[in-house]
Amino acid sequence: MKTFNVNIVTPDGPVVDTNVELVSAKAQSGELGIMAGHVPMVAPLQIGAVRLVLGGNTSEVVAISGGFLEVRPDQVTILAQAAEKAENIDVARAKEAQMRAERRLQDKQDHIDFKRAELALKRATNRINVSQGKL
Amino acid sequence: MASLRDIQTRITSTKKTSQITKAMQMVSASKLNRAETNAKSFVPYMEKIQEVVASIALGSKDVTHPMLVSRPVKKTGYLVITSDRGLAGAYNSSILRYVYKKIQERHKSKDEYVVIAVGRVGRDFFRMRGIEAIESITGLPDQPSFADVKEIVRKTVDLFSEGTYDELYMYYNHFVNAIQQDVTEKKVLPLTDIESSGGRLSSYEFEPSAEEILEVLLPQYAESLIYGALLDGKASEHAARMTAMQNATDNAKELISSLTLQYNRARQAAITQEITEIVGGAAALE
Repeated sequence: MKTFNVNIVTPDGPVVDTNVELVSAKAQSGELGIMAGHVPMVAPLQIGAVRLVLGGNTSEVVAISGGFLEVRPDQVTILAQAAEKAENIDVARAKEAQMRAERRLQDKQDHIDFKRAELALKRATNRINVSQGKL
Repeated sequence: MASLRDIQTRITSTKKTSQITKAMQMVSASKLNRAETNAKSFVPYMEKIQEVVASIALGSKDVTHPMLVSRPVKKTGYLVITSDRGLAGAYNSSILRYVYKKIQERHKSKDEYVVIAVGRVGRDFFRMRGIEAIESITGLPDQPSFADVKEIVRKTVDLFSEGTYDELYMYYNHFVNAIQQDVTEKKVLPLTDIESSGGRLSSYEFEPSAEEILEVLLPQYAESLIYGALLDGKASEHAARMTAMQNATDNAKELISSLTLQYNRARQAAITQEITEIVGGAAALE
């Protein structure tokens, strides 16, 4: 099958640079699957997992938070504020973050920024899910 | 003339100081290395986002976004990037002097501007002049990751969107090389001067729409501009500190050698005097 180049770049450096057959990501408007020869486009992504099918049965999962996807004729770039490969995720830290966010949400104090706590929870949950292979 | 012991004490203490400055210089040198690596790994992200922003914002003329439009300026925001600690030569003072001069030139009253301070030195500088920074961050790590600065960066961009200020300037030391750092002024918001690098790009399809993409993209772009400046500033800080400590060590060495000379002279004078006394005493006995 035809492959194309995928780059996942974050402010802390490139995370992924590889050739794949298919990229599947969660855009804000819904699930997206991209294969070689896709029309150029740009779409913002949700906090979620990006699956890279490397060919055959191998695939890789990357946890993404806050970013967007750019498709060009010869390559796909994902610009994210944070991205981690499944095997690199620090589960203990993610769990801690999840608990902290949950506690904040339950506290129901006025000065807590709910939206931010919710986002933090989403990010932590996403990372845990990705590291456990759940999509 | 100082006594032998006085000179000896001064030599010892200067030696100790030079050991400390030498150590600080080496620490800064290794931190500079890391900071440069960080700044380098940020480059691909910055280039990419710039490319996309340019092709969307310039590519489709009918798209507008509050961040792209200059509005009448009632209040100006100044983001000043300094360090937490001193001992970095002219790193902080040159930037603060520059900003302060600019502010004095541009504004007559304190209602016309606000200051956001990064670093303790900058915050205290403005506080001493009766300007309380509306937002400040101190204790930034030496190698800040994006997660470390996300809060301040987002806040800064949000304050513009909320209308707290209508334009935002950022001041930092641009890292040229280990011995040169330039004070740089950069207008961050509104994003009026987006450079298009690499010419016209393919026209994109937008999912769901260009406006909604700009909604996500532009804040992220502005945030990365600021983050880039922070990294640049950190590299400059380490470089400035390294140079300053290098100078301090050199000066200490010079001082030690001149003190040693003085010490030897004094020692010799004392010996000569002793001999003269003995000879004088012997002569008196004859």
